[in-house]
Amino acid sequence: MNVMVNGQPRQVAAGTTLQALIGAQTGGGRGGAAALDGDVVPRSQWPSTTLRDGSVVEIVTAVQGG
Amino acid sequence: MAERGDDPFVIAGVTLASRLLLGTGGAASMTVIEETIEASGTALCTVSMRRHGVAAEGSLLDVLDARGVRILPNTAGCRTVREAVLTAELAREALETNWVKLEVVADEFTLLPDPIELLDAAEQLVGRGFVVLPYTNDDPILARRLQQAGCAAVMPLGAPIGTGLGLTNPHNIELIVSEATVPVILDAGIGTASDAALAMELGCDGVLLASAVTRAQDPQLMATAMRHAVLAGRAARRAGRIPKRVHAQASSPVHGMAVL
Repeated sequence: MNVMVNGQPRQVAAGTTLQALIGAQTGGGRGGAAALDGDVVPRSQWPSTTLRDGSVVEIVTAVQGG
Repeated sequence: MAERGDDPFVIAGVTLASRLLLGTGGAASMTVIEETIEASGTALCTVSMRRHGVAAEGSLLDVLDARGVRILPNTAGCRTVREAVLTAELAREALETNWVKLEVVADEFTLLPDPIELLDAAEQLVGRGFVVLPYTNDDPILARRLQQAGCAAVMPLGAPIGTGLGLTNPHNIELIVSEATVPVILDAGIGTASDAALAMELGCDGVLLASAVTRAQDPQLMATAMRHAVLAGRAARRAGRIPKRVHAQASSPVHGMAVL
């Protein structure tokens, strides 16, 4: 199925969890956070959150700023 | 530089060891960040939240942790309440802190805070349990409203972000200080050490700056300068300056002059 990850289209297998997606994308280290369809998903819920076709995911991390 | 007596800098019940807060934006490398943290003596650094992979985030958090500084995420780049609240929520999740430097700017040209969106966002974030430190205009009434909304500090700009113009409206900064019930932190516009000292002399509780240090020709040396400026300005404020006079007043005795 097709999802959007940080503005880029990606194909993932049905049943892919947020945990798996973020792990593949970032390594899942500390300092990251994710929003699914405009809502923040706490890290503790990543393993139980399943993506749907058309899901929009934003994965952010801390960078230099301010 | 010796300081007399206890003069703790406390935000939301947390004592910070320095009144100089340092932004990490604009630093050419992690080494520069390390050097400027050390030289500035800061106890708090700001960071931004961005899509993973757009910047070489590398070891930023490790560097900040190793230096023992508190991390203050900002909502830089946000234009609306929704963006700012969501960014703050992401930062809280990512960095395990409920502190946020709230920025809601109106446009890229001025980077000035949008006061309507800012106040709304501040109210919502306070309601969600955040310790909100809003980057605000140098408007005493808006500062008052932000305090009333429950913000833990108010952070008026000296001048627009990155301009280095210093304090363009010192009178307003004094007005904000005069009725503040929370710490006032001069945020943005600082160009050089005298600007930071002036902010402290006017009664600000702290100074937050980034570009003035990170984009200086010698960031480490400028960080040292800012450290001294903030200490000097604070000491001068506490010491109580002499009133300004129109005419001269001799400092040597006027009586007992020899008749020559």
